[in-house]
Amino acid sequence: MQWETVIGLEIHVQLATRSKIFSGAPCSFGAEPNTQACAVDLAMPGTLPVLNEQAVRYAIMFGLAVNSEINRNSVFERKNYFYPDLPKGYQTSQLEQPIVGCGRVDILLPDGSSKTVRIHHAHLEEDAGKSLHADFHGMTGIDLNRAGTPLIEIVTEPDMRSAAEAIAFARKMHSIVTSLGICDGVMAHGSMRFDVNISVRPSGSETLGTRTETKNLNSFKFMEDAIHKEVQRQIELLEEGGTVAQETRLYNGDTGESRAMRSKEEANDYRYFPCPDLLPVRVEQAMIDDIVGQMPELPDARQARFIGSYQLSRSDAGLLAADKALADYFEATVKSCNDPRLSANWIMADLAGALNKNGLEIAACPITPHRLGQLINRIADNTISGKIAKQDVFPALWLQQGEVDEIIEQKGLRQVSDSGALEQLVDEILAAKAVQVEQYRNADDKKRKKLLGGFMGPIMQASKGQANPAMVNQILRRKLDN
Amino acid sequence: MNLDDNDIRKLATLARINVDNSIIEDVAHKISDILDMIDQMQALDTSAVEPMANPLDAIQPLRPDQVTEPNQREAFQAIAPATENGLYLVPKVID
Amino acid sequence: MHRLTIARIVEGLGKGDFSSMEITRHYLDRIAKLDPNYTSFITVTAEQAMRQAQAADQRRKQGDAPPLCGVPIAHKDIFCTQGTRTSCGSRMLDNFIPPYSATVVENMAAAGCVSLGKTNMDEFAMGSSNETSFYGAVHNPWDTGRVPGGSSGGSAAAVAAQLCAAATGTDTGGSIRQPASLCGITGLKPTYGRVSRYGMIAFASSLDQAGPMARSAEDAALLLQAMAGHDPRDSTSSEVAVPDYSAGLGQDIDGLRIGLPRQYFQQGLDPAIADIIQRALIELQRLGAVLVDIDLPHSSLSVPAYYVIAPAEASANLSRFDGVRYGHRCETPVDLNDMYCRSRAEGFGDEVKRRILVGAYVLSAGYYDAYYRQAQKIRRLIKNDFLTAFGQVDVIAGPTAPGTAFAMGAKSADPVQMYLEDIYTIATNLAGLPGISIPAGLSNDLPVGLQIIGNYFDEARLLNVAHRFQQTTDWHQQGPATLTEEV
Repeated sequence: MQWETVIGLEIHVQLATRSKIFSGAPCSFGAEPNTQACAVDLAMPGTLPVLNEQAVRYAIMFGLAVNSEINRNSVFERKNYFYPDLPKGYQTSQLEQPIVGCGRVDILLPDGSSKTVRIHHAHLEEDAGKSLHADFHGMTGIDLNRAGTPLIEIVTEPDMRSAAEAIAFARKMHSIVTSLGICDGVMAHGSMRFDVNISVRPSGSETLGTRTETKNLNSFKFMEDAIHKEVQRQIELLEEGGTVAQETRLYNGDTGESRAMRSKEEANDYRYFPCPDLLPVRVEQAMIDDIVGQMPELPDARQARFIGSYQLSRSDAGLLAADKALADYFEATVKSCNDPRLSANWIMADLAGALNKNGLEIAACPITPHRLGQLINRIADNTISGKIAKQDVFPALWLQQGEVDEIIEQKGLRQVSDSGALEQLVDEILAAKAVQVEQYRNADDKKRKKLLGGFMGPIMQASKGQANPAMVNQILRRKLDN
Repeated sequence: MNLDDNDIRKLATLARINVDNSIIEDVAHKISDILDMIDQMQALDTSAVEPMANPLDAIQPLRPDQVTEPNQREAFQAIAPATENGLYLVPKVID
Repeated sequence: MHRLTIARIVEGLGKGDFSSMEITRHYLDRIAKLDPNYTSFITVTAEQAMRQAQAADQRRKQGDAPPLCGVPIAHKDIFCTQGTRTSCGSRMLDNFIPPYSATVVENMAAAGCVSLGKTNMDEFAMGSSNETSFYGAVHNPWDTGRVPGGSSGGSAAAVAAQLCAAATGTDTGGSIRQPASLCGITGLKPTYGRVSRYGMIAFASSLDQAGPMARSAEDAALLLQAMAGHDPRDSTSSEVAVPDYSAGLGQDIDGLRIGLPRQYFQQGLDPAIADIIQRALIELQRLGAVLVDIDLPHSSLSVPAYYVIAPAEASANLSRFDGVRYGHRCETPVDLNDMYCRSRAEGFGDEVKRRILVGAYVLSAGYYDAYYRQAQKIRRLIKNDFLTAFGQVDVIAGPTAPGTAFAMGAKSADPVQMYLEDIYTIATNLAGLPGISIPAGLSNDLPVGLQIIGNYFDEARLLNVAHRFQQTTDWHQQGPATLTEEV
């Protein structure tokens, strides 16, 4: 039987505010345990929440970016359940009246086609703390630094039909929230976490199959793998005549395996009700207008601009525009060298390769865009060859050994463009290759072109790559053709 | 509304409160009495009425995004039942 | 000295008739000597009180005395006090020493008050008799075999027994006004949002409101002045400006329209109480007020709606008491669930557990609409009833409680009977309106309270009406016989 996969996503996005959603405690990553949890975050008796304006503005910004309605009145509710990393015994979230209503986002698929994914809603809520399972004499340690970090939870309609579509959508969301500057996008810190709802049904069927929810995936790679495995698992179950149980599953990135969550086994009854410590959130038109006026450029608009202003191809522009930090890096490089094509090539090939190899984000790139621009300038003005740039200068820049010109000087990489010195070099090689010179002179034009390379190679080699190839070519032609 | 022992056990599980078997019947009886009193509400048709969550028709004030709370871990953990290395300790959590 | 009202204490301190250290010492001695009869205090902070009194005397000498500088009061043990145990009357918080103070506590300290200690209360403010406290029942100074009312029973008894000049209380369904009525003192529940809830341990967040419990309306005005005001730490705190409550006292009430809800004089009201209330109303009429019959048609549904909303909010508010970060944790839990279930079973008393279970029930899947949403709709109808009434009248008056102080144990076996104690007070909490209870007479030597309900933020008018009544009557000056017999 042919099966169709149906996927919906719930995406938790940590908002890049300075303070928590309901308290004045800081929410930076990596602090000592429980040093960023104040009385409100710890749910000390009598403490009360007050809503962070920036969290509201960021949620609205997101809503505007995905063409959603902004609900003028939204309501915080309490979602009741016990868990040691949830200090109040309820999570303050939104249910019936979320701040962001339905919207839609276009995604570009690997085959070049595009597709619209509908957003059901997005709501504001608080993050929970962390349970550290490292063994404390058989106990679990609780760190509440993360408790109260503002989140938006984006909930899609079940519109995706493959892992590839889900990944494309997830990447698009990453690209939007980082472009807006509302999230740092650092997946390894849990800044974006994905819950994937997956079901399968016979191709052509209109009814949805029973779905499972795989929780807390924090890399695109894990997400892709988890979807493939879960789809496979469900199909096998159904083909063996079994049924899929509606359950919450955990995926282990290390082993690539998933299992049903034990703590979610008993049916939950969250007993949502409006939080009486918080009043309805009213969004005035003035606030929306203000935010519209301050909206940063979105990835789609940026891509169009890169195509128009820099004559980049659609796919290059798309790749560079998707990541705000990468796009900024690209534009800063162009500013330094005025060569968009070479800038794009260097960033997408050498730079991206080095970052990837070292597991670094563009933000942590050791080469400044200015230095990369200088490198491109030195290629353009024939100070160095492209090959020397790649082999010698780029690695030195990566190791932060200095400015481009210093590196060229110190390592003596300057291209030889002194015609006297080059003439001598050419003469030496021609003298050593008398047979080949004879062959060349007897050959027709077409063949001569090929044979010329037989001289170029050794000459460049003898110059350790520093000979100006264009000049060598010119000298060779003059000496051989006459 | 008559609640039985099982209803009480379900509620006790939701609320994470042990209810001893010896008193469960009494608890069920008293809560049923309370629900009977509450059920006087049911006679009234309120289909045209907006629910009211808060007595004043006020709107939520917004706080500027500023860090105002210093680290007070020592003071907070001085009153905690069990801590180690700055963490609160609880019996093993199973996901 | 213990018979002085706050107004007179401030005067005496100002004139140098006595020092704050003297009057504080005097009250501490009274507490040590007499409170074993009443159990109105959970914690007495004698040394701290003397230090505060000394500082107050110092400030007065230096000429920068705030309005209540050196006045000894007590706080209900629901308000967090930095460095002093705050138990909320519960075993759950028997070991809880907050690292912070409630805004009310800070405000009272800023006004110069000396805090003698923390008063007893029904556990987590759930009760109308002060019999649910982990620290033992409070005894009514008028008759120690009777209850003082609740949940602010400790505060009411302490004020009535003259163990402090005044005390703070909280009122979620009548918890200031009903004990004020049963103990013969003046108790004011302000408009919801008038006084900050920050640091006040929550029972039902949309109903809870702190207020003063005192010997007179004049004192209540002085105390409310210190307590009230906007607090940026409480989202539900109002930004409406706070008037000068004392300046508004003594105005003539000629032409004041007083609404008498038909529903408050019907079923269940003790005829002796009805008679006392009638006489009080006639006194107000004599002062120029006009009595108008009004209707609050949904009154009878206020108790049912309240017993959905309050337990629902409480069930969530009390989830934080889980034995993880503070408070009671059971011995040697076998696993996480055992820790939760046993810590909470041991830490909470029966009434608290009962309300948590009721709250869980009315919010649970399939019941939400029939219970919680229905109660919220009735809440709006009740508010609308009042809005309609305030279109016709300036204030509303009636009994505070259906009876006088009852014998200890009389209602504790039957929760529903106990809940009906608040039949006249609950509606104002649902609507968020201010209400005051003032002594209006004695029935069988037990005090009876007159309740006056005002429009939103109209505390000044309530205080003025109460003050006018107290200028021409002396019910508020009468005390328990045991006190009058004291030398």
